Amino acid sequence: MATLSVCQQPIGGFSFEYCKRNAVLEFECNKLGHSIPAARKTGTTICGVVFKDGIVLGADTRATEGMIVADKNCSKIHYISPNIYCCGAGTAADTEMTTQIISSNLELHSLSTGRLPRVATANRMLKQMLFRYQGHIGAALVLGGVDCNGPHLYSIYPHGSTDKLPYVTMGSGSLAAMAVFEDRYEQNMEEEDAKRLVRDAIAAGIFNDLGSGSNIDLCVITKGKVDYLRPHDMANKKGVRTGDYKYKRGTTGVLAKAVTKLDLEVVEETVQTMDTS
Amino acid sequence: ICDFLCIKNTRGLRSQLKDSVPVTGLGTQIGAYGVQDTLRSGFSSVKNELLPSHALELSEKNFQLNQDKMNFSTLRNIQGLHAPLKLQMEYRAARQIQRLPFLQSSHLALDTLKGNDESISFEDILNDPAQSEMMGEPHIMVEYKLGLM
Repeated sequence: MATLSVCQQPIGGFSFEYCKRNAVLEFECNKLGHSIPAARKTGTTICGVVFKDGIVLGADTRATEGMIVADKNCSKIHYISPNIYCCGAGTAADTEMTTQIISSNLELHSLSTGRLPRVATANRMLKQMLFRYQGHIGAALVLGGVDCNGPHLYSIYPHGSTDKLPYVTMGSGSLAAMAVFEDRYEQNMEEEDAKRLVRDAIAAGIFNDLGSGSNIDLCVITKGKVDYLRPHDMANKKGVRTGDYKYKRGTTGVLAKAVTKLDLEVVEETVQTMDTS
Repeated sequence: ICDFLCIKNTRGLRSQLKDSVPVTGLGTQIGAYGVQDTLRSGFSSVKNELLPSHALELSEKNFQLNQDKMNFSTLRNIQGLHAPLKLQMEYRAARQIQRLPFLQSSHLALDTLKGNDESISFEDILNDPAQSEMMGEPHIMVEYKLGLM
């Protein structure tokens, strides 16, 4: 608030009050040679594939902040509705908040219609919201689910364009994953073949892209059943130390030993229950 | 009364958006004698008034207005003039049921009419006015609302 005497009611939503100040601060910071802290991104490999009975979604689990791994095991497959899940790449906060808002809206919508929500509805809601903010919300999503019309898979870009395809990949490792898909995708695969294909595609992203790493998460959605496999495959286990710097007992010789007992008496004993609700 | 009553070129949506965004979106408040009201809206600066501080500032400020305009236009084209007129009359009636300007009113009737009770967006999550730490000065806000300023 710039002045105390505000004439209109405050409204909710984004506030652009500090944009100019932030721009000035960033300029001053860059003049001194430092850079402002980077937002946490999920430089990522996410992908999805349509198989005979449903959808398989896959994602890696690394979140980066600039050049540092911020989270070695983050969850990138978000819940939208019982039959629809969404993988998110881009700025981590943006994907998280966007998917949560759309999940809430879809729940209200399905309560109002009394039916299971459709993937096309989620797609349209996401597309309209991302276009409204003109790409400033950096969320690239892979949306997949099974509804009354069968399995559907969409890819949604940060500016609001969408594609409906049988197999999609997004994120910094998308080219590596797409190479695997283009080589081995077939129509009407079995579930095990589809899971293996998605696992290999994500593994290609993990091993060939710096922004992706750690484990592989899978989500298999079929009519009436969802298998959230986290982790499906721990491709990068942290190594176990083979050596030890602790000295063994007896390395230093003991010359003398004296034991003094400390007499402690219990004065008061109270139990305080913690509110774990 | 409102833009919908003037004769519009009904060739399509593009013509209905012609006059959507008012250019004076960033202007400061004009006080007495046509000069900028320094007491209430602070010092003026040409840079602040000409350029928005963010690319989305103008479009977000007018988003709800533009949506309403577009919806009313299409409704008028499909169902005739009576439909938007009736709806706007109901909106106007619902907008009158409110507390004094510095207090939080729930806008329940208005939200139900507009369908906002069945959706959640950033307006409900970020900067919730019910949680704001500053309260408007009661006398000034009431004077502003009654037009006595």
